[in-house]
Amino acid sequence: MTDQETSIGKQVPRQKLNLLELFSRFREVGIIVFIAILVVAVSLRAPSFLTINNLTDILMNISIMIIVAMAQTMVILTGGIDLSVSSVIGLVAMMVGFTLSANSGIPDIAAVLLGIALGAVLGTFNGLIITVGKVPPIIATLGTLSIYRGLVFFYSQGTWINAFELPQSVKLLSKGKPLGVPNLIIIALLIAALTFIFLKFTRVGRNIYAVGSNADAAEFAGIRPQRIKLLVYVLSGLISGLAGVLWLSRFESAQTNSALGFELQTVTAAVVGGVSTSGGVGTIPGVLLGALLLGIIQNSLTLIQISPFWQLAAQGLLIIIAVVSDKLISKRIVRSK
Amino acid sequence: MKSQANPQNTSAATISERATRRSLTDVFKNWELLLVVLIIIVVLVNTRLSPYFLNAKNISRTSSDFMEIGLMMLPMVFIVVTGNIDLSVASNMGMSASFMGLLHNMGVNIWLAALAGLALGTLGGVLNGYLIAKVKLPSLVVTLGTYAFFRGIAYGFLGDQAARNYPAKFTYLGQGRVGGSLIPVSVAIFIGLAIIFGIILHATKFGRHLYAIGNNEEAAKYSGVPIDKIKFSLFVISGFMAAFAGLVLAARFGSTRPDNGTGLELAVITATVLGGVDIDGGKGSMYGAVLSLLLIGLLRFGMGLVNIQSQVQSTIIGLLLIVSIFLPHIGQRIAANKATRFRWKTVLAVVGIIALFVLFFVFFFWSRAPVLAEI
Repeated sequence: MTDQETSIGKQVPRQKLNLLELFSRFREVGIIVFIAILVVAVSLRAPSFLTINNLTDILMNISIMIIVAMAQTMVILTGGIDLSVSSVIGLVAMMVGFTLSANSGIPDIAAVLLGIALGAVLGTFNGLIITVGKVPPIIATLGTLSIYRGLVFFYSQGTWINAFELPQSVKLLSKGKPLGVPNLIIIALLIAALTFIFLKFTRVGRNIYAVGSNADAAEFAGIRPQRIKLLVYVLSGLISGLAGVLWLSRFESAQTNSALGFELQTVTAAVVGGVSTSGGVGTIPGVLLGALLLGIIQNSLTLIQISPFWQLAAQGLLIIIAVVSDKLISKRIVRSK
Repeated sequence: MKSQANPQNTSAATISERATRRSLTDVFKNWELLLVVLIIIVVLVNTRLSPYFLNAKNISRTSSDFMEIGLMMLPMVFIVVTGNIDLSVASNMGMSASFMGLLHNMGVNIWLAALAGLALGTLGGVLNGYLIAKVKLPSLVVTLGTYAFFRGIAYGFLGDQAARNYPAKFTYLGQGRVGGSLIPVSVAIFIGLAIIFGIILHATKFGRHLYAIGNNEEAAKYSGVPIDKIKFSLFVISGFMAAFAGLVLAARFGSTRPDNGTGLELAVITATVLGGVDIDGGKGSMYGAVLSLLLIGLLRFGMGLVNIQSQVQSTIIGLLLIVSIFLPHIGQRIAANKATRFRWKTVLAVVGIIALFVLFFVFFFWSRAPVLAEI
């Protein structure tokens, strides 16, 4: 499965390829084992963990993270990073929220499309300063992280959108259960499936891996790296825009600090899920497992009554452990060759 | 002092990204001079906009507001010159200050608590340095992790509480003035440290090694530069300075909350990059960075005087950061493309994109027309 991921754009000898394949598989198995241990340990201490309600809760809590982590994964696969996703979510939620409250009778689908369009414009701005302006992605999106957040403050002028200002149908967009499971979970899985297919089976998707593995080689192979890079930032903005509308629907409010710090969770999900920050390596199932692990950790820290203030520290520690173990494992594999 | 033009190593230009992208210092032969011109413009405009701008007391008071950024910027210049980055500085600052606050709340002597805070911050730097220099992880990833980790520890220490009631001899560090003059203590410390850091960067072997690493790490390694040692020490110094900045901030506020300094890493990096330090490493000078700090300080001070919200100020500073990298490149590109023929496709793309952004802002203002019209 990972054979294809590593072979494109990277001239890796056959033997090494097998080892990388082994390592990547090991990585996903590693997360599954870790999740299993955690589930057993937590359910021994808190029996309420393994109930349908709690599991639905976990999935609800990580759904938006999964959606944005898909965008983040595509960006990181090209060797970039998008730190502005949280501000895009905040700004789109605010703008759509005010539009909905000021104009009654807007159909839900129009609200969703509006959010997607607004997000896409913000993503285009990111993409252009990175590809045309040659600003390094980390600096560019760190800049737009504060630019877009500043726009939220300017736009809202210190006010916010409350639950009663939103139409009921918009709230049901994420919480309704026509299929027995909350819509939000289905939307998240749908987006994950689409991203999986896009990355694995389409030409453009394969090019994303190629550009991340070796942009120069990709260019010689006839791919235009700048276009691919622009595309992933536009997609990232677009998906974050959708996430903004879903955020509005799920939390029934839009505040100036909505989704503040959320960018870190999406990066964590991707990195813990085995996406290499130097680009070119990573799979969607891995990221899903990474997000699941994060969700379970957050949930279980609450269940076993660890102060919520330590949760951010746990998250940071998790990123560090993930990248260190990643490095150590790959080192050992190279040595054992 | 040697200028930053010193190690003009071109071997790094083989890296494709480097070949197409030039730093500010290449475009404006004298970036520092440009900063001075910008500073003069900001001073002139602000003097016209507000009668309170050119007021020694106001300037003295506002200058201490930027010293935490400045203190963290000094080691950041070193780190960025080597082509690395430290995103964890502001979180480290919060962690160290919170630890000091926690100890102070428990009744520990304030100086002992401050020392413990410095030690913890340095330890944070050791963690970063170890993971980057010894485990060989990219600094961006490591410090993104510790960015969350350190801030989380800060929250763990103080939760939703604050530490306050620091003794006056401690708050002197952030609020006091030197002797009977108008110069704040923190500014005096910053100036002293800036000179020391500047000398280290521009006039010592250590400083030259930093440029060598930033220009071409492989080449530096083979010419005997102790890369791992240097990288390790840089992040330790950065951790120490972040903790020290945390103490200054605590002394200035007279209290500590775990969210102190959230987002300051952006301000630190902005000051560094706007000062002409190439984010890819190898180029930049300490006086450029200090000048850009002055520019940002005066800009923010002026915006504050005409009542611009602090978050909107961040927007403008963020825009400044991007424009300072973006514009020189675009200028260069237009200059280089003079000979190439006029292409309709490009024009259409540009027009389409501009229309897109215009549409966005039309909607932005239209959807909030009644409120935004008032200002």
